Amino acid sequence: MDFLNLFVAVPVLTVIGIMFTKDLKGARIVSAIGMGIQLILSAYLVFYYLSLQGVGDLHNMIFYADTVWYAPLNIHYTIGVDGIAVAMIALTGIVVFAGIFASWKMEYLPREFFISLIILATGVFGFFISLDLFTMLMFYELAVIPMYLLIGIWGTGPKERSAMKLTLMLMAGSALLVVGLLGIYFNSAAPGGTYTFNMVEIVKHQMPIAAQRFFFPLTFVGFGVLGALFPLHTWSPDGHASAPTAVSMLHAGVLMKLGAYGCFRVAMYLMPQAAHQLAWIFIILTSISVVYGAFGAIKQKDLKFINAYSSVSHVGLILFALLMMNTTAIDGAILQMISHGLMTALFFALIGMIYGRTHTRDIDKMGGLLKIIPFLGVMYIIAGFASLGLPGFSGFVAEMTIFVGAFQHADMFHRVATIVVVSSIVVTAVYILRVVGIMLLGPLKNQEHAKLTDATWFERVSTITLVIAIAGIGIVPLWLSDTIQRSLHPLLQMILH
Amino acid sequence: MVDFSYTFLIPLIPLVVFLITGLLGMKWKPMVSGIIGTVGLLIAWLLSLYTGYEYFLAHTVEHYQTIIPINMLWLSFTNSLQIHMGVLIDPISVLMLIVVTTISLMAHMYSLGYMKGETGFARYYAFLSLFTFSMLGLVLSTNIFQMYIFWELVGASSFLLIGFYYTKPSAVAAAKKAFIVTRFADFGFLVGILVLSFLTRTFDFSKLTEPGTTIFASSAGVTFMGVSALSWAMSLIFIGGAGKSAMFPFHIWLPDAMEGPTPVSSLIHAATMVVAGVYLVARLFPIYHFQTPQVLIMIGYVGGFTSLFAAIIAMTQFDIKRVLAYSTLSQIGYMMVGLGVSGFGGDHGLGYMAGMFHLFTHSMFKALLFLGAGSIIHAVHSNEMKDMGGLRKYMPITHITFLTACLAISGVPPFAGFFSKDEILAAALESNKLLYWTEYITAGLTSFYIFRLYFRIFWGKNTDYGHHTPHESPWVMTVPLIFLALGSAFGGWIPFHDFVTPDLAPMVHKMEWLDTIPSVLIGLVGIFAAWYLYKKESSRPKAVVDFLGNLHTWAYHKFYIDEIYLFITRKIMFGMIATGIAWFDRHIVDGFMFGVADVTMALSGKIKKFQSGNLQEYAFVYVAGALALVLTLLYVFVK
Repeated sequence: MDFLNLFVAVPVLTVIGIMFTKDLKGARIVSAIGMGIQLILSAYLVFYYLSLQGVGDLHNMIFYADTVWYAPLNIHYTIGVDGIAVAMIALTGIVVFAGIFASWKMEYLPREFFISLIILATGVFGFFISLDLFTMLMFYELAVIPMYLLIGIWGTGPKERSAMKLTLMLMAGSALLVVGLLGIYFNSAAPGGTYTFNMVEIVKHQMPIAAQRFFFPLTFVGFGVLGALFPLHTWSPDGHASAPTAVSMLHAGVLMKLGAYGCFRVAMYLMPQAAHQLAWIFIILTSISVVYGAFGAIKQKDLKFINAYSSVSHVGLILFALLMMNTTAIDGAILQMISHGLMTALFFALIGMIYGRTHTRDIDKMGGLLKIIPFLGVMYIIAGFASLGLPGFSGFVAEMTIFVGAFQHADMFHRVATIVVVSSIVVTAVYILRVVGIMLLGPLKNQEHAKLTDATWFERVSTITLVIAIAGIGIVPLWLSDTIQRSLHPLLQMILH
Repeated sequence: MVDFSYTFLIPLIPLVVFLITGLLGMKWKPMVSGIIGTVGLLIAWLLSLYTGYEYFLAHTVEHYQTIIPINMLWLSFTNSLQIHMGVLIDPISVLMLIVVTTISLMAHMYSLGYMKGETGFARYYAFLSLFTFSMLGLVLSTNIFQMYIFWELVGASSFLLIGFYYTKPSAVAAAKKAFIVTRFADFGFLVGILVLSFLTRTFDFSKLTEPGTTIFASSAGVTFMGVSALSWAMSLIFIGGAGKSAMFPFHIWLPDAMEGPTPVSSLIHAATMVVAGVYLVARLFPIYHFQTPQVLIMIGYVGGFTSLFAAIIAMTQFDIKRVLAYSTLSQIGYMMVGLGVSGFGGDHGLGYMAGMFHLFTHSMFKALLFLGAGSIIHAVHSNEMKDMGGLRKYMPITHITFLTACLAISGVPPFAGFFSKDEILAAALESNKLLYWTEYITAGLTSFYIFRLYFRIFWGKNTDYGHHTPHESPWVMTVPLIFLALGSAFGGWIPFHDFVTPDLAPMVHKMEWLDTIPSVLIGLVGIFAAWYLYKKESSRPKAVVDFLGNLHTWAYHKFYIDEIYLFITRKIMFGMIATGIAWFDRHIVDGFMFGVADVTMALSGKIKKFQSGNLQEYAFVYVAGALALVLTLLYVFVK
């Protein structure tokens, strides 16, 4: 069996394992072990990839494997990864693992919860290893559907409504996606040839430009919904606010990146000419996302709403950078995917921890918490600084790479759009400091909060791990940025001309 | 010449101290953190002094070298655009090294007494070290992006220190204000860097400021909205500098920043961080001078306006730290004027030299004024002038050192401020009469407001201090005062023109003593006026205030700039844009989505009626449909 199959097999086995457990203790241990193994596998994959890259440049997918699944339509189960997929898998491994610990005290239907969570993870891992569009779409749906249950059953607030809204909007995106992918399939070979879903094959044959122009927007928007592309982002605030902590972490941390990854890997990679011609529309939309999301966050009172809007802004920046279509900007986009994944997971984990203590997420009902829960407070401030792009944290590196890359364009349109996007650094500072000021600083507002306890050992472990990763990338960014740039090289040769 | 590669230790020591005290500080007795911080900084200070000695004094040179002993690749954007982390040694960076470490050492030592017993003492020292690290990294930067990185870090450490008393709402508000206002300016700075690097394909100072460089040739014809792209870039970069240096209209954060502990005000908001903008302009001076002279003169006007404007406000304030804050704005304005009117080679570089000279002397006397103010606040537990008076008897050391600083800032010879301020005036007189007269008047106002402060604190009525008689501060606080007083008294005799010039060559310059008479006179007039009004409790100040009427009211309310800002941010940014977007998002964007859902629901409601299960209805529709079809076919084919 190929090594990559383990990324699907291990979660499936974990799910089966959970079925045999009886209660929360069993379920969380099995999940933690399963996802721990998954994390080790991801780490191994990263090191293996780095060692290969050290030997020579990688022009092919590694661990490439191809099995015919359904011959009449030429559907294969094709897997393989390159540097970007490896990075995404590593990110998913970390966030899922942290998410299990964030759900350590899930009392209500714990087995079902962990099963749904890990099915979701299976979908994400499967998505990142697939090279066959059909398989990819299948894993994509596998990731989206458990979300409905996770929010609808274990959520808070108007959870059914939010779950419904989120699922319907993502399904609408999937509908566009199905049309887009079928369009790619039927244009994947010259008339009379054998059609294929295999991306490695499709890219060798250039799709007719007319077909590209029709199917590129469908595919891009289809994936873009998951990346909270304006104006299709409104599932995000409701969905995140209602979702349980681990789901918010996974969703903002990984699933939204899945959308961006799809935009890049499928829409732009397979239809580069159309991407060049139509990028301007999406540059306008994503620029709006970035600034609009940041402004949207200023007025919110619910911690999760703030972070949901902030994610709209930050993931919008990823899509924006991808559309800039040069090595530096796309390098920045990948960095931002990793950085935002870690940062937002940290944020949602902290929000979960704070909510678990205060039983409110309304910032106006809190105040002066830094004195009461100093560890969590300091961590929140660090996460905030990272999010507003302070040097020394990963966000700065990613944002600056995007800004510098995007500004290298020769024409005025791209540069003006870049300046618009850069202005978000001010607005971001406003909403982050607003929350920090209201919630953590100042005098203690609610006397009931005076007896709150600070972080437990497992909360400390999970947050410190994330902070170390964020600061590590922020302080010594060169190796990561270099690795990404080198693995982008073969991909970008397709896109950039 | 020695190998300067050890200089990377100078910023590194405070960083290590920050990490140690930040992570372990709460486990120890608070004083341990204070002592580690102070000793660490003492080492950094000695290293800086050694560097200064080696660079300036050990060898006589015709022309100072720019040395880059260390430059490590940190992040690579493209083949030519890369961020390095390194150390750049040249006259202004060595000057700043000495200024920053000296004042920081004084603040560290002083705080051992001033902050004693405060909760969060260890945290305070950790932040102080973080700031010192960032500031040293800023001054040693080899490229503009490295500078931007440390620029942001000093902003963050300033935020942390202003908000040190974080349970106090006014301190939190001030910290936020400082961060956001400077962040807004940094947006300009960043865009400026992007434009500049786009035009020149480099971030490196050594390439950008090399005399006779050709990297600007390719951008010669590039314009945007009728102004050359390079001018845009340099103006935007200056906006970043104006934000940090609190130049009008970004000055509003600095007076509020006085919410921080007083040694912090002295270190960050008087002597070091707020002059970062001046340093930035000085660092890029060759570009300003040769490529965009119109931007340079604009910088001079911004500085001139700010200095006059702030001096007027300073005359009307009653919080002693706020008076000093406005005074800082005013003095930084002087430095900007110096740079703005300066030429490049030989004697023409006088303004540049004077600006940096003033930066140096100002750091001494202004840090001293703040530390003295801290000593006073420590003794009387108030910031307000009305709670003070007659303190000279209780606090002799504070009194004498404070007086030294007052004389220095008023430009009374032979104190330090006299030399540097006079050189700026001399440079302005040569090239721009308007700026000269502005600064000349400001000099008079300066000596007036500073002696108003002095007389009201140390002379005048003997306030009844009750059972709590004010007393002199402990030696850890008075030693820094004495040290800085010596600097303020004698710092002016340093032959700066031998060290710091725009073209790096020592300047042959002789001070014209006769020409200094007018500026000394106006300083004395200011002092006399203050003496006349405030020597004793009297009704004279009130008469003047009544005479000035609205003019005084406006100045007292800082010309309502804060209110204008508040209107823009609260009403427009928060009130209209953010609320508008939140509403738009909920009602229009989301409303549209719900609209789609509603239409689908309604449609399905309509459609489901067809499946009524009523057989007659089905039969009727079937027959009617068949009939219609037949008729249509007949109509089409029979005709």
